[in-house]
Amino acid sequence: MVNTQVDLCGIRLDNPVIPASGTFGYGYEFAQLYDINILGSFSFKGTTAEPRFGNPTPRIAETPGGMLNAVGLQNPGVERVITEELPRLRACFHKPVMANISGFSVEEYAHVCERLDAEEGIGWFEVNISCPNVHGGGMSFGTSPEAAARVTAAVRRVTKKPILMKLSPNVTSISEIAKACEAAGADGLSLINTLTGMRIDLCRRRPVLANRTGGLSGPAVLPVAVRMIYEVYEAVKIPIVGMGGVRSAEDVIELMLAGATAVEVGAENLVNPYACKQIIESFEPVMQQYGITSLSELTGGAH
Amino acid sequence: MTQGYYTVLENTPLTDTVWRMILKGDTTALTAPGQFVNLKIDGLYLRRPISVCDFGPDSLTLLYKTVGEGTRRMTAYAPGEKIDLLCGLGNGFDLSLSGDRPLLIGGGVGIPPLYRLAKELLEQGRTVQVILGFNTAQEIFYEDEFRALGAQVTIATADGSRGVHGFVTDAMAGLSYTYFYTCGPLPMYHAIERVVSGSGQYSFEERMGCGFGACMGCTCKTKYGNKRICKDGPVLKREEIVW
Repeated sequence: MVNTQVDLCGIRLDNPVIPASGTFGYGYEFAQLYDINILGSFSFKGTTAEPRFGNPTPRIAETPGGMLNAVGLQNPGVERVITEELPRLRACFHKPVMANISGFSVEEYAHVCERLDAEEGIGWFEVNISCPNVHGGGMSFGTSPEAAARVTAAVRRVTKKPILMKLSPNVTSISEIAKACEAAGADGLSLINTLTGMRIDLCRRRPVLANRTGGLSGPAVLPVAVRMIYEVYEAVKIPIVGMGGVRSAEDVIELMLAGATAVEVGAENLVNPYACKQIIESFEPVMQQYGITSLSELTGGAH
Repeated sequence: MTQGYYTVLENTPLTDTVWRMILKGDTTALTAPGQFVNLKIDGLYLRRPISVCDFGPDSLTLLYKTVGEGTRRMTAYAPGEKIDLLCGLGNGFDLSLSGDRPLLIGGGVGIPPLYRLAKELLEQGRTVQVILGFNTAQEIFYEDEFRALGAQVTIATADGSRGVHGFVTDAMAGLSYTYFYTCGPLPMYHAIERVVSGSGQYSFEERMGCGFGACMGCTCKTKYGNKRICKDGPVLKREEIVW
C-alpha cells in the first residue's frame, strides 16, 4: 500500500495532482467524463473583476512537442463566477478548490480575492502574475520583484487563506521574483506559467496567432519547469506547486524531486481528457517500481 | 463524448486532395449530423478536428482535405492501424427546423457533414435540395453519393468546367426553400448572407485546443453571448451570428 497524500499550506490533498487553470474550466466538462473528486484539487479558470472576451482567434497553435495558446483570460468576471460557476463547480467537486485570480492593477487583484474570499469551498488563491497573453496586466506584475511583492502584499491584506503566487518563466531570475513574493507574505509559489512563443504561417507569412505571441506549454517545457522548480526550491522556504509539460506519474515524481509539493497538469488535459485520472491510477505501480512508499517524502529529494 | 481507439478500415483519395477514411469503433456518442471527431495523429501534440460525413452502428466515415501537417499525416494511415479518437463532439445540425423543402449548401471540404444531414432529412420525408460548390470539375466529390440518397443535386464550379458556372450563390438563384443549412469557407458564408432568405444554420470551423469545451481556444461572439465553436457549435443559427 502506497501513500499519495501531500500537505499544501496546511490543507491535506489525497494526491498531488491538480489540473492547471485554463485547462479544466470550472470542472464540469470533465465531471461528465469521470468523478473529478479523485483529484487532489483543481485550479479554476483565471478570474478577473470584469467579464473578458479574451483575444481574437486563432488563439491556439501546434508546436513541436506542445502548443501555444493566447486565450487572453476569457472569463465571465468575478460576480458571475460567484453566482453561476461556483454553484455548478460545487455540485461536482467536493474538495477545497484553488481559485486562480488575475488583474490589471494591484487593486483589481485585491478586489477579486476579497470577493471570492468568503465563498465556500475555496482552499487556496493562486495569484496569476504571469499571463503572457494580456497587455497591461498579467505578466507585467510577474517580471519585476517589486511589482510581484506589491500584488502579494495587497492580496495578503484581504485574505487569511493560503496564497500561491504563480510565477512567469519569462524572466532573467525566477528566484529573485520568488524571494520577493515570499518576503511579501506569500504562503507558496506555483510555477511555471507558459513561455512566450510565436509561430508563423508560411502561406500567409504572418503569425499564426491573432495575438501574434502565445504561451508555450506541453511536454516541450518540462525540462525548463524542472530546472526552475529546482532553482526556486533552493531560494525559498515556502512550498512550490510545480507544473510544466506533465503527462505521467513519472513526470509528477520528477517535479517533486526537483522541489514541488504538489503538481499541476495543464496542456495534457486538452489532448487527453483522462490524463489526470490515468496519472492518479498509475501512482501505485510507478511508486512501487521506484521504491517510493510516500509521495510527500519526495519533495526536494534531488537536492 | 467518448474516447477510444478506432481501427482504420479504408483510407483512400477521392480527388487530388480529398481523402476518405472509414473507421471502425463505437459511434454511440454521435447524435446528430454535423458533429465532429478529434483525432490524435502520430507525431503531433494537439488533436485534429474532422467533421463526420456519415456513421453506422460501429463505423464512421470522414472526408478530409490535405491542407496542413495534420491532414497530410492522416493519409499515411493504412487499414488495420488504430487511431485515438474523441467521438461525438459539438452540437450538430438541428433537423427539427428544416420544413418540407430544405436547401443544403456545401462548399469544398465543407460538404462532408451535409451528406449525413441530407440522409436523415430524406428519411424524414423532406424534399432535399443540395448545392455543391467546387473550384473545378476535377475537385468534385460525392456528387453521385448525394444523388443516390435521392437528393436534388446542383453542381457549381468557379471555372465553369461543370454545372453552374460560378459560386453556390449563383446556383441558389430562383430556388425556393423552407430553410437552409450550410457548411463551407467563410467567404462563401458572406456571399450567402447577401442572397439568402429566411432562417438557416451555418457550421463554423476554428483552430481548437481541446475540442470539448475546456480551453476556450475557439470562442466567438454571438448575439446571445460568447460561444465555443467546439462545444456550443460548430453549428450556429443565422439569428445568433455576429458577422
